Amino acid sequence: MTAFYARNKLLSFAIALVVLQLVAAIFAPFLGLQDPFAQVMVARMQGPSTANLLGTDQLGRDVLARIIYGYRTSLLTCLTAVSLALVVGGLIGMLAAYYRGWFDRIVMRLMDILFAFPIMLLAIAVIAVLGPTSWSAALAIAIVYTPIFARLLRGPALVICESEYVNGAKAIGASNWRIILIHLLPNLASVILVQTSLLLSAAILVEASLSFLGLGAQPPTPSLGLMLSEGRNFLLLSPWPAVFAGFAILLLSFGFNLLGDALRDTLDPRLRGAS
Amino acid sequence: MSQRFLLGRLLDLAVVLFGISVVVFLMIRLIPGDAVAIMLGANTDITPERVAALESRLGLDQPILIQYGNWIWGALRGDFGTSVWTGRPVAQEIAANIWPTLELTLLSILVGAGLSIPLGAFMASARGKGAEVAVRIGAIAGLTIPSFWLGIVSIFVLSKLFPGFQALGYVPFTEDPLGNLQRMILPVIALSLPMLANLSRLVRSAMLDALGQDYIRTAKAKGASKRRLIYKHALRNALIPYITSVGVAAGYLLGGAIVVEQVFAIPGLGRLVLGAISERNYPLVQATILVMTAAFVIVNFLVDLLYAVIDPRVSK
Repeated sequence: MTAFYARNKLLSFAIALVVLQLVAAIFAPFLGLQDPFAQVMVARMQGPSTANLLGTDQLGRDVLARIIYGYRTSLLTCLTAVSLALVVGGLIGMLAAYYRGWFDRIVMRLMDILFAFPIMLLAIAVIAVLGPTSWSAALAIAIVYTPIFARLLRGPALVICESEYVNGAKAIGASNWRIILIHLLPNLASVILVQTSLLLSAAILVEASLSFLGLGAQPPTPSLGLMLSEGRNFLLLSPWPAVFAGFAILLLSFGFNLLGDALRDTLDPRLRGAS
Repeated sequence: MSQRFLLGRLLDLAVVLFGISVVVFLMIRLIPGDAVAIMLGANTDITPERVAALESRLGLDQPILIQYGNWIWGALRGDFGTSVWTGRPVAQEIAANIWPTLELTLLSILVGAGLSIPLGAFMASARGKGAEVAVRIGAIAGLTIPSFWLGIVSIFVLSKLFPGFQALGYVPFTEDPLGNLQRMILPVIALSLPMLANLSRLVRSAMLDALGQDYIRTAKAKGASKRRLIYKHALRNALIPYITSVGVAAGYLLGGAIVVEQVFAIPGLGRLVLGAISERNYPLVQATILVMTAAFVIVNFLVDLLYAVIDPRVSK
């Protein structure tokens, strides 16, 4: 443990940052927080105090509780979205690399078309169709990240498909699915781990932007982006909710980005120093 | 650049542009429930006659291929139909809102890309473990700071420090150049920071790569100054990956601009598309998304060509 820390200080710090926020989100109901929905009209827009560590918002709700529950909304949306994109996009990328030929060409062309949209625009288009909810935001993010995962995994998968052990497996008559699941997938694990972490970091910002624009979670759901847009209206009276909610988004996104970055160094020493 | 390379890239461009037009066209047809009834909305009674009238106005009573043909033929000539609520041509509404977005995006690219070269070069000259970690943390922080939060906090801080500072809204440059630039400062900083963080880190690592090459050692042995080494010799080679990244970053900026416009009350395409979504003005939503995406695709096509001009190996 200490040896690991000494060798990977940055990675340890990143893991600690991410785990801390994940644990807070998962165990939010058991942390002795105030009710994130309870409105105390006599205590609106208060600054930090012992009663409300991060102050209260425009409806007198506890900002700390709303941030921790906001983590839940954000993480639930983003983890759902990124897992979906990883499974669908990853499969597409692996199958394209494995089968090549017309399948590869057609499917990757379709991915190119989705990839051509600026991320926020495609997400907004999807939500325009589905209507603004957390789940449409999750689906929108999943659709946006599917071609990215497909592209990211196709390249390394192509290299592995050319390797001797895959050819060997083919020669002894292993089935296609066996080769893809037993030989291809585990060898892509480090790429998947690094990219998932980096894309989660980006997805958190997209989710926050969408809910900030009113296209994601709807009131009174505790949501970091929503807190920012509500806090903006009362900024001159009380900047605290907006300041803390934004900082929470930064901390969450920063944690996953640093984790991906540090993982890349640790898992692939050849890339050390390169970005 | 070989003719074959150019033709190949042109074909790719045509396929992608056709693809995005199909996606955007189909969008309105994927809306759950009857899009036409939704568009008529709560303001009027939904009678079969009204639905039929709007359907024929939108051309929805024709076969789907003909609908697509009409729509794309119109779009190519700049005719995106009329806005459902105002009755004004959609193209006019887009034209009225395009300048603030264009100015915001271009200024942010200039600032982000322009500053990243000296910043990256400076970061490359800082070596050692401490500098390494600082560069890394700084770059990641710059990349993950939510631009809308940065915008909101900077509005708050400036309004406390300089109560007279005009941070919100937009005035055309032709009307009031100083007022225009004053209102652009904060949005441009908020929008360009992630790009600056990303690009300067890229410049730094490309520069360190280049500085390790033999020709740099030769130049050093011949007595070239450090400044000359960095800007004349190393930078040239570092620029190649940099140019592609600037093209990609343009897409993030277009997306980010939508959010930043909202924060700073800038009447650009972002506000237009968000307003159109809440009004369920689908022809306007479609047209705005099509125009912005096509612009981004074409910019990247040009960047690809530029890349091939700078590095002739690419087009072989």
